[in-house]
Amino acid sequence: MIERDQIVSEDELNAYVDGELPADRRGVIEAWLATHPDDAAKVSAWRKQVELIRARYGALADEKPPQQLSIARLTRRRYGAMVAAAAAVVAAFLIGGVAGWIARGVEAAAPSDLTVFTADALDAYRLYVVEVRHPVEVPGDQRPHLVEWLSKRVGSPLRAPELDKMGLKLVGGRLLPGPTGATAFFMYEGPSGERFTLYCGRTSDQETALRYTAGEHNAAYYWVDQNLAYVLSGPAERDKLHDIAQAAYDQIDQRRPQQGG
Amino acid sequence: MSEFGERIEAAIPALRRYARALTRDAETADDIVQDTLVRALRSEHLFHGGDTRAWLYTILTNLNRNRLRALSRRPILAPIKDEDAATSGSESGGRDIARALDELAEDQRSALLLVVLEGLTYREVAEVQGVPIGTVMSRLSRARTQIKAYLDDERPALRRVK
Repeated sequence: MIERDQIVSEDELNAYVDGELPADRRGVIEAWLATHPDDAAKVSAWRKQVELIRARYGALADEKPPQQLSIARLTRRRYGAMVAAAAAVVAAFLIGGVAGWIARGVEAAAPSDLTVFTADALDAYRLYVVEVRHPVEVPGDQRPHLVEWLSKRVGSPLRAPELDKMGLKLVGGRLLPGPTGATAFFMYEGPSGERFTLYCGRTSDQETALRYTAGEHNAAYYWVDQNLAYVLSGPAERDKLHDIAQAAYDQIDQRRPQQGG
Repeated sequence: MSEFGERIEAAIPALRRYARALTRDAETADDIVQDTLVRALRSEHLFHGGDTRAWLYTILTNLNRNRLRALSRRPILAPIKDEDAATSGSESGGRDIARALDELAEDQRSALLLVVLEGLTYREVAEVQGVPIGTVMSRLSRARTQIKAYLDDERPALRRVK
């Protein structure tokens, strides 16, 4: 029976290294290691690994996190977005060219599956915003029909966000082929004729926050919410685009009962 | 800021550390941390007490697992970025451990990092990973055995093409 007590398993060696071992087994393990050099070498190598990992990554926790990760900022962007966004647009019109203050620090896009989606969306944007006579298939005054039709084709309930508060009117929409099949394309127009489009199709990617990418003349914010990828494209004025994307994001986000995970 | 928000904010440095070690890429790591925070803030009403930190680790671990799955479906769009390992030439030990971590299966890597870097107990890791404690222990054991074999191996390391 002493024999049984003294057999030391691999799990126990791990628990010993991690300080997870019940006190009454510690002595047994130490005695075992004194007479089993192979296991003692193993334990020492494992401890060395712990040191290496901590030395390599431990210091990061002492660094000040970047602005993009501030809770105040993330919270403001979620809940105060409409008010702040409207204020930013007014300020942009009044002052002209003054950088908005709520969009700074939104990170540049990391390479991801969404890249293809975003590239396609920007292509569609460039192709259709210059159209004078036929920018859309279904005009915006038929909004319910447009949304119902595109939802059916994309295979998921969609929503054309109301951006009137930002001075944008729904021009209408069309159906497009996309990386994952049928894709909905909504076009909005501002008072001076500038156009913004929302491109939206199914994806199996995980949800993301807003991400930004810019070309020479136009730019896009993109995100994933509930198995749908969205790309909001427009002229390359980052702050304004951010406000519009945030408004669209918030409306789409509120479409459903909140879910966590 | 709400008490909930403060507790989340307090966990950010540790989340960044974990995410960096888990992904070995600074930019990807901060993206995942940001997504984790957004999720957590959105789900405040679902959080009924308990350990905020363990809950955040759970969200982050799941997001990273999803990310890797998405990457494996689209290999062409997933350039292997190894800046972390590549830029640490001055500390050869660090370089080796980063590469060694790279070789592990995701669940083993996450179990090991949660225990040795983040100081979670086996029970907490079991909850984060949604598996029995025995599974956590075998993941740790396999991770350690593999890292040891990798570090002991004197041959020049072949970069694995994922």
